[in-house]
Amino acid sequence: MTLTNKPLTKNIEIGRAPFNFAQYQAAGGYQSVARALTYKPRDLMKLVQDSGLGGRGGAGFNTGLKWSFIPEPDGGPRYLVVNADEMEPGTFKDRLLMEHDPHLLIEGMITASIALQATMAYIFLRGEYKEAEHALLQAIKEAYAAGVLGKNIQGSTFSLDMALHTSAGRYICGEETALINALEGKRANPRFKPPFPQVSGLWGRPTLVNNVETICNIPGIVTNGVEWFKGLGINGQFGTRISGVSGRVKKPGCWEMPVGTTFRTLFEDYAGGMQDGYQLKAFLPGGGSTDFLMPEHLDLPMIPGDVAKAGSRLGTSLIMVLDDKTCPVGCIHNLIKFFAHESCGWCTPCRDGLPWSEHMLVKLENGEGSLKDIEILKEMCGYMAPGNTFCALAPGAAEPLQSGLKYFHDEFVEHVNHGCKYKQH
Amino acid sequence: MSNLIASTAPKARQLTHEEIHDIEHEKTHYPYAQAVGLEALKIVQKYQGWVSDESLLAVAEYLKLPPDELEGVATFFNMIFRRPVGKHVILLCDSVACWMLGCDNLKAHISSKLGIDYGQTTADNQFTLIPVPCLGDCDKAPTMMVGDKTYRNLTPARIDAILAECKAHG
Repeated sequence: MTLTNKPLTKNIEIGRAPFNFAQYQAAGGYQSVARALTYKPRDLMKLVQDSGLGGRGGAGFNTGLKWSFIPEPDGGPRYLVVNADEMEPGTFKDRLLMEHDPHLLIEGMITASIALQATMAYIFLRGEYKEAEHALLQAIKEAYAAGVLGKNIQGSTFSLDMALHTSAGRYICGEETALINALEGKRANPRFKPPFPQVSGLWGRPTLVNNVETICNIPGIVTNGVEWFKGLGINGQFGTRISGVSGRVKKPGCWEMPVGTTFRTLFEDYAGGMQDGYQLKAFLPGGGSTDFLMPEHLDLPMIPGDVAKAGSRLGTSLIMVLDDKTCPVGCIHNLIKFFAHESCGWCTPCRDGLPWSEHMLVKLENGEGSLKDIEILKEMCGYMAPGNTFCALAPGAAEPLQSGLKYFHDEFVEHVNHGCKYKQH
Repeated sequence: MSNLIASTAPKARQLTHEEIHDIEHEKTHYPYAQAVGLEALKIVQKYQGWVSDESLLAVAEYLKLPPDELEGVATFFNMIFRRPVGKHVILLCDSVACWMLGCDNLKAHISSKLGIDYGQTTADNQFTLIPVPCLGDCDKAPTMMVGDKTYRNLTPARIDAILAECKAHG
């Protein structure tokens, strides 16, 4: 791999077919597999941990550290599962990676599997991603034919099989224990933790679940080393990540950029700022389940800690802008409707709290709400807070609601007195 | 009496050779048959258009799964259709980025053009309209899928062209 500042997207050219195995290899691909085979598995995990790579699915936990909790092999099956169930509202980065450079993901999965001593690797793909399905199936076939998958990879003692599982909807499948249930063929309710999947996951065996973009970082780190990866970031951060913008900006899209880039650079330099005639009112920094941030937060670097200090989460780092001509109450209603629909129904705060919140938002939007409804909505956010629910769905859903109630309080009250003043465009 | 019940209750149908072939292929990827349940339902849906009681029972019987458990899976996942659908299933994204860019207007346009609301099928069995959560194409909103194809940057005029195209190719 040549040193470049875009290790995730260097092979991506929109409009041309993704690289096949030979083209991908000629571009420097699959070097990390041979390199990983020379490492002791624990040293490889340590390497990834030292790189500081954080999970790109939204939680941001150190990937190598997450890996290190897997027990020593006991001769039985061990699984790597890639979470490709991208369904966080406003998130469209994994689609780009899988449709346009499927071999990068597969190389990352093989290399990660060497570290984890996994015997089987699954991609859990959302069913609607048909283009990605075709690209990945073709790439897996090529990888088997080239001998980087299957028995005794590159003449080593390491063997690995890989399969693509296509799902059939439901946001909750992105929660790693719900995903494991779905992969076992069960209803996708989350599982109690502990035990964590690393110890007892798929069919009770050691299992690692990682996001697509997280795994796509592994080839670069293993091929080029920790220092190279650290050099890619700015503002004290390591590596690159894919960030993007949707909503009424001039150039919506997603781009690979150094970790540590500011929201302003993303919003103004990459996305071209707001469309003419629209003002930035607020933005969701990383998907539908993150708290709103305001224009004064644009100069924050996209670093989990800095975003947390401002009262939100970096999440998937794909921002959604709310413009001044769109109703914030309507926007929050849309988000809560999504979460209410996607609740798996397992625990009460989520199953009952979200539809109730939705009901009150409908009332407010129709000009039938009361100030008491606003108070109850605030209370609901407390009931759905972390610790009161089985998984992170309801606490995530409460984030745009609680921050919306804070930042747009006057507009909520105005809905009580005068109904919605915005007209749908 | 028991004869009467037996005569009205749905019975497993025979799976086709194609369905069995595809299900067997999926089985090679998993250590347990239960894991193939969802994929098998999707395979049946691919060939039959939807999952009838007779199809569900056939899959349960073939994979030796309790039918109630498989039904629990089938009804959990929104992309498994337990009622008949039209030839072309329109999945219109109604999540936040598409909402901001006017998907409600597009829904109204499709509804008035085809005379169907969400969850309904046209009288000629050509189109079924269903909302779908975020399709992960928010930079190209508003978006929808028709069958396996995703359409982006939608306008009412573009929707008219897409629907006409679907109808022309039957």
